[in-house]
Amino acid sequence: MTAATLSGWSLPRRRPSALPGFGPTLGFALAYLSLIVLIPLSVLVWRASGLGIGGLVAVASSPRVRAALETSFYLSLVAAALNAVAGLVVAWVLTRYRFPGRAVLDAMVDLPFALPTAVAGIALAAIYATNGWVGSLVNDLFGIRIAFTPSGIFVALVFIGLPFVVRTVQPVLADLDREVEEASATLGASRLQTVVRVILPAMLPAVLTGFALAFARAVGEYGSVIFIAGNMPFVSEIAPLLIIVQLEEFNYVGATAIAVVMLAISFTSLLAINLVQAWCLRRYGHV
Amino acid sequence: MPSPSSNGDTATRSPARADTETAGATAIAVRGLAKDFAGTRALDGIDLDIRPGELLALLGPSGSGKTTLLRAIAGLEPLSAGTVHFGGEDATALRVQDRKVGFVFQHYALFRHMSVADNIAYGLAVRPRALRPPRAEIRRRVEDLLELVQLPGIGQRFPGQLSGGQRQRVALARALAVEPRVLLLDEPFGALDAQVRKDLRRWLRDIHHRTGHTTVFVTHDQEEAVELADRVAILNRGRLEQVGSPDDVLDRPANAFVAGFVGQAVRLDVTVADGVVRAGGIGLGPAPAGATSGPAALFLRSGDVSVVAAGAGTTTGTVTANTRSAASRRLEIRLADDLPQIEAEVPLDRAVARSETVALTIRTGRLFPLVG
Amino acid sequence: MSDVSRATFRSPLQESLAVRWLLILVAVAFLALVVLLPLAAVFSEALRKGPEAALAAFDDEATWSAVTLTLTVAAITVPANLVFGVAAAWAIAKFEFPGKSLLITLIDLPFSVSPVVSGLVFVLVFGSHGLLGPLLSAWNIKIIFALPGIVLATTFVTLPFIARELIPLMQEQGTAEEEAALTLGASGLKAFLTVTLPNIRWALLYGVLLCNARAMGEFGAVAVVSGHIRGLTNTMPLHVEILYNEYNFVGAFAVAALLALLALVTLGAKSLLEWRYGDALAGKSRH
Repeated sequence: MTAATLSGWSLPRRRPSALPGFGPTLGFALAYLSLIVLIPLSVLVWRASGLGIGGLVAVASSPRVRAALETSFYLSLVAAALNAVAGLVVAWVLTRYRFPGRAVLDAMVDLPFALPTAVAGIALAAIYATNGWVGSLVNDLFGIRIAFTPSGIFVALVFIGLPFVVRTVQPVLADLDREVEEASATLGASRLQTVVRVILPAMLPAVLTGFALAFARAVGEYGSVIFIAGNMPFVSEIAPLLIIVQLEEFNYVGATAIAVVMLAISFTSLLAINLVQAWCLRRYGHV
Repeated sequence: MPSPSSNGDTATRSPARADTETAGATAIAVRGLAKDFAGTRALDGIDLDIRPGELLALLGPSGSGKTTLLRAIAGLEPLSAGTVHFGGEDATALRVQDRKVGFVFQHYALFRHMSVADNIAYGLAVRPRALRPPRAEIRRRVEDLLELVQLPGIGQRFPGQLSGGQRQRVALARALAVEPRVLLLDEPFGALDAQVRKDLRRWLRDIHHRTGHTTVFVTHDQEEAVELADRVAILNRGRLEQVGSPDDVLDRPANAFVAGFVGQAVRLDVTVADGVVRAGGIGLGPAPAGATSGPAALFLRSGDVSVVAAGAGTTTGTVTANTRSAASRRLEIRLADDLPQIEAEVPLDRAVARSETVALTIRTGRLFPLVG
Repeated sequence: MSDVSRATFRSPLQESLAVRWLLILVAVAFLALVVLLPLAAVFSEALRKGPEAALAAFDDEATWSAVTLTLTVAAITVPANLVFGVAAAWAIAKFEFPGKSLLITLIDLPFSVSPVVSGLVFVLVFGSHGLLGPLLSAWNIKIIFALPGIVLATTFVTLPFIARELIPLMQEQGTAEEEAALTLGASGLKAFLTVTLPNIRWALLYGVLLCNARAMGEFGAVAVVSGHIRGLTNTMPLHVEILYNEYNFVGAFAVAALLALLALVTLGAKSLLEWRYGDALAGKSRH
C-alpha cells in the first residue's frame, strides 16, 4: 500500500477539508506503522496460531514457564499496588506542597523513563546486594537478602513503575477544583473526611489507570530486572528472560508461546483501563 | 453608614453600640474587617450588619472585594483584622466547619462522583455519629429538599448528567440540608445563560420567602441586586460605599461611585458656578439648591434628560442616533464634541430625525462635588 | 481578638503542619530510596577506583564502537519516527475519517509490548529460522545480528513518542489557522511550514528528546536482535551488560554513567521545556 495509490483512493471522509495532504500523510503513516509494528506483530500471532490453543497451553503450563509467568505476574501486581499507594502520596506532595527541592524531585520522578534500563538494573543490583548501601543495612537488621531473590525483582519493578502512577495522578489532582474541597468544609466535614470522601474517590480512576499502566510495564520489563533477579529457574526467573533463553536454544515455538501469553496479559490490562475510563465517562460525564 | 431607608425601616443601628447589645437584631455583624493579599488591601475596615431573614446583595465591580467579604464571613479566608459575629456569638475564631454556614459556590462545586442524593446528604453524613440523623431521616430530608428546589426524583442521577440550572438548585439544596444559620451565595447566577438566570432569580426569591434564611449573595450585576435583594451593599476597592434598600442606592446614591455604578448613568465632568451647572462651557441648567461651587461629577440617566419644545429648554443638543425599543424611542444626543453623549427617551409619536437639534431640560439632581 | 483569629486560622484546604511534613518526608524518602539512590550509585560505583579507572573504560576500541553504534542507531531511528509522527499527526488531527481512534490506539501499541517481544517479532520475521530467513540468506542479506535489526527493533520501541506528543496538541489547535493561511494564498506546504510547524515546534522537540533518550537507552529489544557481537553489534547498554558480566564493574558503571548523564540532560531539557513552554505542549499544564 503506497502513498500514491492511497491518495488516489478516496476514503469516505466525514468532513471534507480544504487542507491538502490527507492522502499522502495518512498513506505514509499507515505504511510505516504496518511495516514496523503491525506486520511483525501479526507474524507473531500467526506463528502462535499455528500452535493452536492446545500447543500454547502445553508450553505455558510446562513447570518452568509457568513458574516464570507466575513470578512476573504476581510480583508485577504487588509492585504496581505499592506504586499506586506511594505514587499517590508522591503526586499529592508534589502537587499540593511547596518545599525546597520540590522542582528537582518532580523532575526526578521521570528518571525511570529516561534512565536506560540496563543502567538502572546494575545500579539497583549494586545498592541492594548484601554489600550494597541498602542491601547490607537490610541484611544486618533483618537478615533478609534482597538482590538475587524475588525481592530484588520487586524492587526493580517498583522503580520502573513509579512514574506511571505519579504522572497519571498529578494532572488530575492539579485540576481538582478547590471549591469542591471548600464546599466539603462548609458542610462541616473535617479535613480527613474531605480527603477520604471527596478527594480520594475523585482520584480513583487515575490511580487505577496508573496502576494498570505500571502493571503492564512491569510484566514485560527486562533490562532493569535481570541484573538484580539472580535468574534462578523456578525461583527468580521472569517470563521475558525465559523468551531469550528459548531463543538462544532456537526454540522459536516456546518463545512465541510465552510472548503471546505476555501480550494477552498486557492487552487485558489496557482493556481494563479503557473500561474504567468508559465507566467513569458514562457515570460522571468525565474521566 | 446607617441611613434611614424609604421602606419605613426602624432597625437603624449605630456602630458605636457594643456588639452584644445589637445581637438580637443582627444575624451577622461584621466589624472593622480587613484583609491583605500580598501587600494589597483587599478589604478595608468593613462594618456591616445583616438582619435576620433579610436578603442582602453584595454588589461591586470585579476586584472590589465582594467575594472576599463573603468568603471571610464563611470562614474560608483568614482575616487581617476585625471580627465576625453570628447572632451575637463571636465566630471570628471558629473554623469554617463549625460556622454552620450554607455556602453556594459560583461553579456549584458539586461532588462529581456522588449521586445528587449523596451530595445533598453529605453535610449530614459527615457529622459525628452522635449528631448524625438516622439513615431514614436523612433520606427523608433529601427528598424534602429535592421537592423544595423543584427537582423531585433526580436523587440517583450524577451532577454530570444535569443542566447548569439544575446543578445550581442541587447546590442550594446541599447547602440548606445542614440547616445553616446563614446562606451565602457567590455569584449564584454567574455561570448561567440569560433566560435560566431570570427564572432562577424569581425562584430564589420564592425560596427565600418560604424558608426565611438570612441570605447574602454576591453579584456584579446591579439589575440582579436591586431586583432580588431587600438591601444592597455596594463595595468598591475593598470599602463599603453604601448600604441601603434598592430605592436608596438608586434614588439617593451616597457618593459619586454609587451614582456611577448603579442606574446606567452617563458621567459628565462639570463645574458649578453662580448657581449654574456647566459642562465644557455649555450651561446645562440650574444647580440644585445648596450645591457647592467648583468642579463636580454629574450623573445623567435617560430619565433625567427631557426633549422639550424648541426654545423651552435649558440647553440644546444634536441627535446622533435614534433607536427603537418596545415602548419608546431612545435618542443619543451630543451636547458638544468633547463631551460624552447623553441619552434621552421620547414617546413613540415624537418623530426625531438624525442630526436634528433639539431643546433639552436636564435634571441636575445627581451632582457630586469632586474633592481635591 | 483578631490577633487570635489570625494565629489559629487554618485554611480549610490545608492539612495540619505535622501531617504535611510527615507526607513530605514519606514522599522524599520513597523517591530517594527508589530513584535517587540508584542514580547516585551509578556515579559512585564508576568512581570507586578513582577517575582514572573510570576513564580507562573509554580507552577501549569496543567501548567506542558501542558509542558509535548507539549514535548511528539514534541518527536513523529518530528522524524516521519524526517524519512518521508529523505525517500521522497531520492526518489524524486535521482530518476526520473513520477508524481514527483505532489508528491512535495502534500507534500506542508498542508501549504495551514487552521490549523482549518487540525484538522477538523481528527474529520471527528475519531470523535464520524466521519467515524470510531462507530468502535473506540466499541473497546474503543480514538483518538479525546486524545493524538493520537493531534499527528496526529500536524504531518499533520508540515509534509512538513523537506522534503522541503531536496528536493531542494539533487536535487542540484545530484547522482554522491553516485554513486562514490558504485563504490568504499560501500553498499547502507553505501553510504547513509557516503556520503549523511554528505552532508545534516545542512539542516536536519534546517528543524528539524522549524518543532519542529511549533510542539510545533501549536494552531488551536490542538484546534479542543484536547477538552481542563485540565491536560490531554492541550498543552502549549492551556493552554495559557485557562489561558487567565480565566482572569489569568499574568499566560497566563508567559507560553506565555516560548513559545516566544523557538521561539527566534529557530530564533537564524536558523540565526546561515544560517550565518555559508549558503552554505550547499539549497536556503539560500540570507543571
